[in-house]
Amino acid sequence: MNVSALDFVLILVAGFLAVGLYGLLVVRNLIKLVIALQILVKATVVALVAGGLASHTLELATSIAVTVIVVDTVVAVLALAFAIQVRQKIGTLDVRALGTLKG
Amino acid sequence: MLNGVIVIVAIGCAAQAIRSPRLLNSAIWLATASALTAMLIYLLGAPQLAVIELSVGAGLVTVLFVLAISISGEEAFSAPTLVPKPLAFGVVFIAAALLAWSILPLPPISIFSASSLTNVFWHERGLDVLAQIVLIFAGVLGVLNLVVDEHVEQTEAISGLDEAHLPIVQTEIETETAETQEAVHA
Repeated sequence: MNVSALDFVLILVAGFLAVGLYGLLVVRNLIKLVIALQILVKATVVALVAGGLASHTLELATSIAVTVIVVDTVVAVLALAFAIQVRQKIGTLDVRALGTLKG
Repeated sequence: MLNGVIVIVAIGCAAQAIRSPRLLNSAIWLATASALTAMLIYLLGAPQLAVIELSVGAGLVTVLFVLAISISGEEAFSAPTLVPKPLAFGVVFIAAALLAWSILPLPPISIFSASSLTNVFWHERGLDVLAQIVLIFAGVLGVLNLVVDEHVEQTEAISGLDEAHLPIVQTEIETETAETQEAVHA
């Protein structure tokens, strides 16, 4: 079977999406949840590159992928800051502890 | 062949990042997956994006994770996961099957690119760059808001100063200054 470069890229996208989705479903630690989100966004970036290659607009795809990376980094920074605050206020990084909604 | 090896190892590193019980190991596995992703992006013909992915994904984000882990510490959870693992595997498998059904089989596609990234990035997508700058500043303000309030409260608690004591301290300083000047003139 002749596998092209685009097929390898799509296999990576599918693999990262599957791993990231599994992480979101199973993980209970807040910091590891952010890691799962990072894996999902990496799949998005690679999918953008694949789309740019296939439609002969790699520069446009690169520009949009840079925007996605910047947004993802800002989200990760804020999520980690929230996780640190949760740890200091509640004493645990367990997502189940956030469901109590104490006023 | 090289692309295939990179893809398989990258997926393995991402899986280990989720499976690993220790947070620090997960951060290192994520950094490895980011580096391999950057390598793949470079081989596909987007070197600028590969450099950004390597420096931000494998560098900056890893440092942030290590910093957050060192502040919050490691924590082991003994209770079972929120969603049972077989159910999670089933959901992921169904999602992957739906994705494959919607996009396969792929038509034959020729891969090439011909344009200027500089022109596209700064002229055609200039508004995106402006939005990124605004977003970065918003992120900085958000983090400062989350972190600085506690630091200010701690500083005030440590110093223990209030307005009632300030005039007394000021008067003492003025007295000392006057005594010093008298000593100098004498």
